[in-house]
Amino acid sequence: MTLLRARGLTKHYPTEEGLLDRFLGNRQWVRALDGVDLEIREGETLALVGESGCGKSTLGRTLLRLEEPTAGSVYHRGDDLTSLSTAEMRARRADLQYVFQNPTSSLDPRHTVGELVGEALDVHGVARGRERDDRVRDLLETVGLRASHANRYPHEFSGGQRQRIGIARALAVDPELIVCDEPVSALDVSVQARILNLLADLQAEFGLAYLFIAHDLSVVEHVADRVAVMYLGELVEVGPTEAVFSPPYHPYTRALLSAIPEPDPLWEGDRIVLDGSVPSPVDPPPGCKFHTRCPVASEDCGEWESHPDLESVGGDHAIACPYYDRVESTFGGD
Amino acid sequence: MTREPTTERGRLRVRGFDADATTDVDWSPDRGGRTASRRARAWRRFSGNRTAVAGLVVVVALLVLAVFARPIEVAGVTVQPFALAPYAPATTDVAPASQPPSLAHPFGTDWAGRDVLSRVLYGGRYSLAIGVVAVALGVGVGVPLGAVAGYVGGWVDEAIMRLVDVLYAFPFLVLAIALVAVFGQGFWKLVLALVVVGWISYARLVRGEILRVKEEEYVLASRALGVPDRSILARHVVPNAIAPVVVQATLDVGTVVLSAAALGFLGLGLPPGTAEWGSMLSASRDTLMQGQWWVTVFPGLAIFLFVLSINLVGDGVRDAIDPQGDSRREAR
Ligand SMILES: Nc1ncnc2c1ncn2[C@@H]1O[C@H](COP(=O)(O)OP(=O)(O)O)[C@@H](O)[C@H]1O
Ligand code: SF4
Ligand SMILES: [Mg+2]
Repeated sequence: MTLLRARGLTKHYPTEEGLLDRFLGNRQWVRALDGVDLEIREGETLALVGESGCGKSTLGRTLLRLEEPTAGSVYHRGDDLTSLSTAEMRARRADLQYVFQNPTSSLDPRHTVGELVGEALDVHGVARGRERDDRVRDLLETVGLRASHANRYPHEFSGGQRQRIGIARALAVDPELIVCDEPVSALDVSVQARILNLLADLQAEFGLAYLFIAHDLSVVEHVADRVAVMYLGELVEVGPTEAVFSPPYHPYTRALLSAIPEPDPLWEGDRIVLDGSVPSPVDPPPGCKFHTRCPVASEDCGEWESHPDLESVGGDHAIACPYYDRVESTFGGD
Repeated sequence: MTREPTTERGRLRVRGFDADATTDVDWSPDRGGRTASRRARAWRRFSGNRTAVAGLVVVVALLVLAVFARPIEVAGVTVQPFALAPYAPATTDVAPASQPPSLAHPFGTDWAGRDVLSRVLYGGRYSLAIGVVAVALGVGVGVPLGAVAGYVGGWVDEAIMRLVDVLYAFPFLVLAIALVAVFGQGFWKLVLALVVVGWISYARLVRGEILRVKEEEYVLASRALGVPDRSILARHVVPNAIAPVVVQATLDVGTVVLSAAALGFLGLGLPPGTAEWGSMLSASRDTLMQGQWWVTVFPGLAIFLFVLSINLVGDGVRDAIDPQGDSRREAR
């Protein structure tokens, strides 16, 4: 069953240009999200990958209406979230939660952990009085902290522990979807696996769905049911994890796979190394947005009216590149 | 898979999860009970600052002297029976006029034969009350207006901040003088004038801080939980934005006392003859020329001592609340 469905989701931020430019009407826009269609199913982990600045966080936040979309809709239980009133949307937040990338800046330093977790309970009237305190302790233990930590302040915890506090807060309202925005990328490698295991345990326990945002594919293979690959505000490939990790590939996905630090011993193809960084979303390349860096691009890729659409290449697996078969013939696959 | 209906919320419960078995990172040893709150830590830093503590001691001493200078009666009942000051401040001819300091009158007497020591002690009531009340009211007006302007934005922000800009265009004291000239003399009129010119600095300060805190990720995190805007403002935004206001308000008590004294000196504050420090200076202007230094020096010293001390306290509060403040201010 579909939990959340985005249609043509678009988010353009105004650039911080000078006063003169604004006066002359030269307003420019950061096209962080350019018409994304996406579906998140109940109980699944959908990974969202792409280099930094591709618009992953923007997509995650716009899906939950933490940012107002410029255009497009998000459907949840038959309602378009973008047309709900503020109060209705607040009620929906009991189902749709967000875990932030930086656990330090996303916890108010002036409140104890108990207050921070309790706040989540208060908002949706989940528990009151004694019961509330018990629930706070339960939640802390659920995420691997101690009940006695309720009286401490966030600065007294390590990064991994803070992320657990963030997870406890999201969990408190008993959501059905949690958007995890690079939940481990700010943490030590040794701590990352523990947090990922915690997320997996919680998913099994409570039937949670995750939108798991990551900037490289290495983490994703082990946690995701499906993968969506994003480039400059566009989805370029969506499919089940096995399908995305094996041919056919979108050229960009293939490049991200090459970048995984420990090469798969079974990997036989050449490596694609992406040159330079992501072009500016203020003025994205015309046609296929990837054509400036694509190793298999042809002349016409930059001349199309718009970025190519996702086309099914079999079952659930879709790729937004009409020339995806060139990847295998040029670089091999497996 | 099926979801439980929302009425079943709160079912989330995990048992038998051994928190000790997860060795996330080093567990700092449990110190048991509440850990030091931010306020307790701030107080510890403040009390380690010797000049600030000295300032606080002087301020408290002046306050105690002012309160216990003469008995206080409320509706005919004496609530404070002590009288540290030997004479009532307005009693004339307690000794020959214009006597230099002596054992009987350590601060001398003024032109009307009033005891200067008694007047300086008692005068603290006016100066300190004006300082505290005017600042408290200024904060009470400025902080909510600034907070609303910063958080709501739009035309509300425009309206409030344009008013602030207009008031800012006048020098503080000049505006206060003009207002006192309009309102007339008296304690509450003086306070009103000082509040009208005083609230704008808090409004501006709070608005700037709110704009900064509003962008903090923990505000977005609370919105993501579904916390209503007014709770976010009260629980997360204002508490994080208020520290500079506390510092500013402390320092402003000194500024306001000084302004009140200046107005008194110009004959604009309280009615002439009041034992307010500034008015006492004003009344003794002419006698200074005749070598009667004591009538001027003691009220002047009282003002100096109080304003200096309150500034030391204010700086101490700043350092205590915001230990990394210096580096952050430089970075701005
Ligand atoms: N509030 C904002 N105002 C202006 N530009 C923004 C804002 N948030 C993000 N952007 C821009 O949108 C693009 C996508 O950002 P983001 O979604 O954070 O990418 P990612 O999470 O994939 O690293 C970036 O170019 C970023 O600079
Ligand atoms: S459309 Fe062209 S430029 Fe874009 S990914 Fe495919 S081959 Fe490369
Ligand atoms: Mg991001």
